[in-house]
Amino acid sequence: MLAFLIKRLAQAIAVMFVISIISFSIQDNLGDPLRELVGQSVSEAERQALRDELGLNDPFITQYLRFAGKALQGDLGTSYFFKKPALEVILSKLSATLDLVFGATLIIISFSVPFGVYCALKPQNWFAKTIMGLSTIGISVPVFLTAIGLIYIFAIELGWAPAFGRGETGSFLGLWDSAFLTKDGLAHLVLPSITLASIMLPLFIRLIRSEMQEVLQSEYVRFAWAKGLFPNRIHYVHALKNTMLPVITVGGVQIGTMVAYTILTETVFQWPGMGFLFLEAVNRVDTPLIVAYLIVVGAIFIFVNTVVDIIYGLVNPTVKLIGNK
Amino acid sequence: MIKQAVNSLAVLALSAGIMMSAQANTIKIAYDADPVTLDPQEQLSGGMLQFSHMAFDPLVRWDRELGFEPRLAEKWTRIDEKTMRFTLRKGVTFHTGNKLTSKDIQFSFNRLKESPDFKGIFTEFESVKIIDDHTFDLVTKSAFPLVLNNATYIFAMDSKFYSGKEANGKNKDEIVKSGNSFASRNLSGTGPYIVSNREQGVRVDFKRYANYWDKTSKGNVDNIVLTPIKESPTRVAALLAGDVDFIAPVPPTDHDRIKKSGNVDLVTMSGTRIITFQMNQERVEAFKDVRVRLAMAYAVNQEGIVKKIMKNFATPAAQMSPEGYLGYNPNLKPRYDLKKAKQLMKEAGYEKGFTVTMLAPNNRYVNDDKIAQAVASMLGKIGIKVDLKTMPKAQYWPAYDARSGDMQMIGWHADTEDSNNFYEFLAACVNKETGRGQYNSGNYCNKNVDAMIDQANTETDPSKRAAIMQKIEKILFDEAAFIPLHWQDLSWAAKKGVNVSPIVNKMNYPYLGDLVITK
Repeated sequence: MLAFLIKRLAQAIAVMFVISIISFSIQDNLGDPLRELVGQSVSEAERQALRDELGLNDPFITQYLRFAGKALQGDLGTSYFFKKPALEVILSKLSATLDLVFGATLIIISFSVPFGVYCALKPQNWFAKTIMGLSTIGISVPVFLTAIGLIYIFAIELGWAPAFGRGETGSFLGLWDSAFLTKDGLAHLVLPSITLASIMLPLFIRLIRSEMQEVLQSEYVRFAWAKGLFPNRIHYVHALKNTMLPVITVGGVQIGTMVAYTILTETVFQWPGMGFLFLEAVNRVDTPLIVAYLIVVGAIFIFVNTVVDIIYGLVNPTVKLIGNK
Repeated sequence: MIKQAVNSLAVLALSAGIMMSAQANTIKIAYDADPVTLDPQEQLSGGMLQFSHMAFDPLVRWDRELGFEPRLAEKWTRIDEKTMRFTLRKGVTFHTGNKLTSKDIQFSFNRLKESPDFKGIFTEFESVKIIDDHTFDLVTKSAFPLVLNNATYIFAMDSKFYSGKEANGKNKDEIVKSGNSFASRNLSGTGPYIVSNREQGVRVDFKRYANYWDKTSKGNVDNIVLTPIKESPTRVAALLAGDVDFIAPVPPTDHDRIKKSGNVDLVTMSGTRIITFQMNQERVEAFKDVRVRLAMAYAVNQEGIVKKIMKNFATPAAQMSPEGYLGYNPNLKPRYDLKKAKQLMKEAGYEKGFTVTMLAPNNRYVNDDKIAQAVASMLGKIGIKVDLKTMPKAQYWPAYDARSGDMQMIGWHADTEDSNNFYEFLAACVNKETGRGQYNSGNYCNKNVDAMIDQANTETDPSKRAAIMQKIEKILFDEAAFIPLHWQDLSWAAKKGVNVSPIVNKMNYPYLGDLVITK
């Protein structure tokens, strides 16, 4: 296990290095950060002086080495807009994004497993057919359209949920802010979470259904029937457990997609999280923040995939982690 | 018995007090952005001016007819051609409790002269001379007509509060563009609102300053919560759902929906930002021919663009100065005439037309990319084939500065609310040293116009100035120095009972201190 983790850490560092070089080399194409910092009538000479001050006129290598040197000490640069260390800005938005991801995950898990299993066991039932039909729609409607539709129906027409923002947050043991801890926060969470879940939920229902159907055809399930086990035991203990293996793999990969969709969801709902922050940073050409965001998200990817691999080993003892003897 | 009566009276008074505070008026505002800093002199932008008018007060401010309204300066007189004497209002205090004196004005003025964003428009100014605590002279280097225009930018900053050093050894009055200065995080102004809480990019909370000097103001809003909502549909949804009370700007596509909703008011007003296309004479030989430029000016149908693309949410333009500006020339009208345009092309020897490239942003001005497409197809009708490229503003401005398109779009708002600012930046001959013509990517150059711009800069008689500047507009029109399109309209929408109509203006900084809420 330890050897596996060390190997992963080494890989993580290599990936971070590549991300930092890529994100650093695209920044020249993102535009001129000065535009957002100064007014329209500031003279070219003033602009050049400011560029010098920010070190934007230095050659690429000089800029990258300066960045890398600081990055090794945990300093990913200072955001032009927030005037604070980029890492600090991103981490301060992390709790908002995790609220959203957690809310969506909760919805996905609590609906995808029962619905998927139901559709596999009773494929001819009208309810199963309805679910499958809706899931096709869910996959094909773009996420921002879902968001605007939900806002229109539930915020404007019915007035059940707020249209934007995160609302009040509560403090969890003084360590962590979360919207889950207040009534107002929960009300604000509902629509964005559903929006974010709307892409993944149909996918998982379909995945679980088809995996389950396959497992139900397999030898050992037939053997279990022959042995005369209770149907519930066969379905939920023997079949479901094996169904979940590919689901976990896909789930791990999908976390990345989820991060991508938080950008859209957060933007439409003005949710003050990392995704929204990133899109704003791109619009403002806040390059230090963009680079830092890509690195942080890269780190999240690696972390999640490592955890998925470990869970995989726990669920299915026949899987050997690389490095385990 | 008496004691009991007194007691119950006290309880009554107390509960009345509680009721009063329970009725504190709070409004929630959603703009498209929140202030980037708390330092009013760090950045010259519309968003920052909106903020400055909440937390600070200027010497004078614009009224709705583009006249001047006394604020911190009670009155002013010109004592000679270089000097304007101001009398400060008495009894004005900063949020810290410090009294406002001429020293604070001098401090604020000197800081403006240091600010990269403001020093440009204050170059003509020499100094602030203190006469006594409530009298001072604003001295210019030479006769200068725009003293009061500039005075709208002199927001009083608390000199005691911003003097000295911070714990980290940095000066408190430092202006830092992309760093963490004292003034960008802390503030003490004289304005109607104190910033009580701020989470950048998420929300700013304002509380009414109890000792605000303007007792005549009917403003009755005690708390303001300002939330930036970047996405227009979400901003409109938040208003319609009742989550916020006041929004700006309102996208043209949602105007009908808001008008129909019944419990929300829409306020629109003609704005002062002109949208134009410039034709680069250094890149395209044909653009040097005035007949070709005129042909293009005749080929573009401003009224059509305003009607079809802007949904009447703009005012068609034939010049740069909007109505109300001194340079506005009422004789210049949009001149769409396709026949004449074709004939001019023929006369110039370009009957077969030619091909040019065109650059425009796609997220800077209202419908900017659609406008560019429309202009491109209009020019196609007179044989000018346009190769159009639109891009996000972040990439557009570097391309614009490099003059990499034959035709380029630019919108301009005069920081001084004066016509000459348009000419200096967009129409004067390009001069790297003086900075003139910094945004004249057409490289149009007419020495007579330049001389008249100089003249207008020193002429202090408004009617003579108006005559000079209207003549400039006429020359630019006759020579088709550029293609004007329209002035973008401004829009605000608020819940009924939030009376925004009297406090909004062409400059697009609502005077929220005077906002009245009726139940």
